[in-house]
Amino acid sequence: MDFNSIFINTAQALFSPVTIAFAMAALGLAMHFGFVGLLNFGIAGFMAVGAYGYAISTLTFGFPWWGAFIAAMVASAIFAVILGIPTLQLRGDYLAIVTIASAEIVRLLLLSTTWIETTGSADGLVAYADDFRSINPFPDGDYGFGPWNYTANQFWVLIFALIVLIISALIVWRLTHSPWGRVIKGIREDEDAVRALGKNVFSYKMQALVVGGMIAGLGGALYVLPSSANPMLFATSLTFFVWTALLLGGAATVFGPLLGAVVFWVLQAFLGSLLPAMAEVGLLGGLSSAQAGALRFVLVGILLVLIVIWRPQGMVGDKRELTFVK
Amino acid sequence: MSSNSNPKKAPEKSTGLHVGEAAPGVKKVDPILVADKVSRRFGGLVAVDVDHVEIPRGAITALIGPNGAGKTTLFNLLTGFDKPDTGTWSFSGSNLAGVPAHKVAKMGQVRTFQLTKALGLLTVLENMKLGAKGQQGENIFKSIFPFFWKKQEDENEQRAIEILERFKLLKLKDDFAASLSGGQRKLLEMARALMSNPTLVMLDEPMAGVNPALTESLLEHILDLKKQGMTVLFVEHDMHMVRHIADWVIVMAEGQIIAEGSPDEVMRNEAVVDAYLGSHQDVDLGVVTGRIELPNGKK
Repeated sequence: MDFNSIFINTAQALFSPVTIAFAMAALGLAMHFGFVGLLNFGIAGFMAVGAYGYAISTLTFGFPWWGAFIAAMVASAIFAVILGIPTLQLRGDYLAIVTIASAEIVRLLLLSTTWIETTGSADGLVAYADDFRSINPFPDGDYGFGPWNYTANQFWVLIFALIVLIISALIVWRLTHSPWGRVIKGIREDEDAVRALGKNVFSYKMQALVVGGMIAGLGGALYVLPSSANPMLFATSLTFFVWTALLLGGAATVFGPLLGAVVFWVLQAFLGSLLPAMAEVGLLGGLSSAQAGALRFVLVGILLVLIVIWRPQGMVGDKRELTFVK
Repeated sequence: MSSNSNPKKAPEKSTGLHVGEAAPGVKKVDPILVADKVSRRFGGLVAVDVDHVEIPRGAITALIGPNGAGKTTLFNLLTGFDKPDTGTWSFSGSNLAGVPAHKVAKMGQVRTFQLTKALGLLTVLENMKLGAKGQQGENIFKSIFPFFWKKQEDENEQRAIEILERFKLLKLKDDFAASLSGGQRKLLEMARALMSNPTLVMLDEPMAGVNPALTESLLEHILDLKKQGMTVLFVEHDMHMVRHIADWVIVMAEGQIIAEGSPDEVMRNEAVVDAYLGSHQDVDLGVVTGRIELPNGKK
């Protein structure tokens, strides 16, 4: 077995735009689920809206890079409002059903050939990041050390994504540690009680849905920033990967989703290299290396089950909160 | 009555609240809440059908009646938690019909719930601070910058601590509300309601499931509200308590108001005895069921 390449693959997942994009999506989901209790199973839809909001505003409308990021946020905010108006007055389970369906609607609309000039249909969109690369402050060359090696463009995407993530996490931290955060946590516990205290519950839920949605939308834009956008990237499985990352880290925390995303991707990369390598030397019985690669998803599924049963508060959640889970 | 042997003085009752004969829908001298023709149906069932009712300001009013009489439904209607099919109602002169619950609360009419709603995974102090009105930091844009709300937050915390002290919950202030006992949660819910400086406090069965000693302290707190100038409307089944603290009693049965008056008058009212109290209200339960014989051999 080539332990060196297993190690390199694993280490690279630690700092990659994909990991950061996941951390953003998980952070947005933490706002939805962890702090307000909104069961959003359409996080892939938010990411798709953000990603295509970025790509389409650049390619079709010629937005500059910053305008495209704003477009991504505005598009996901509008998506959140459209989802929220009919569902936020209903019980939480309905929101779950509506979000899962609308994420699929978004994906299928993007896949449709009706707007092929704009969306690129199944081929997706490419070459929308030129303006973003044109402001790259790093001159051409190789960056990084050891297993981490980037071209100037890759490095710029990584640094930029990291800055966006840090700013988003700081904003979420401030929001959740303010009286506003107290109201939304109260809504998570019992919305009628909060209503009886004179707070407009619907408005607060909508605000949280929009803020979380915008963060997830930005995550989607970062997700596709290194190369290309494609409807297949935003399949339902993406939603559940983000959920896994969130629950792994801790739903009602700010740092949890970030840590969860890193652990999730490091684990994915590690298993994705290790299992095929083990299959090649015959350690996994009759499994071929392609089958062994798919086995990691099985293991991730088992991990998710184990977390929810034995550590529902996640890696960094407050143990005390668990004592009282109904 | 046992209250005669109580060293504490019996609470002073407000009188002269009504105009004319005490009857269902009687006019009050100074009503705070007025409802007209309020009705609510659930399918074929008429849950509430109140022709006219006025709640006197600055007094403690009890709303009693058998289970299913529509007391809680009326509460929900008056506080905006449910929408009636017909009717109008107003609070301190401003129309409340169609006003959502959170706006009703902002106007100073705050309620508690029959099934206590402590916000479990918030600490006791956070529960309290949530009750305060007009918080700058509850605006999403200002909330990011603490200098907008830090001072107000400190003032609210100070007030929360004072109220918690009064309700003897101060040493629990950093515990999750979920860890409190049922009685403590009732206290917390009432204390939290006070954080909003209400003018009308509506308590839905404040004494349900509370042990006698705690009942006494809750009673004191309710009387205290009146002393501070608040109006109290509460739903209760414990007739001793109603007789002890209520200035005015409204009796509901099958969605309608069947009697109104001072506690003693109402309890002598035949309709009330038939619909609610039963004819054995002052007799031991064992006698009613025939398991205990009265000394003179009567059953």
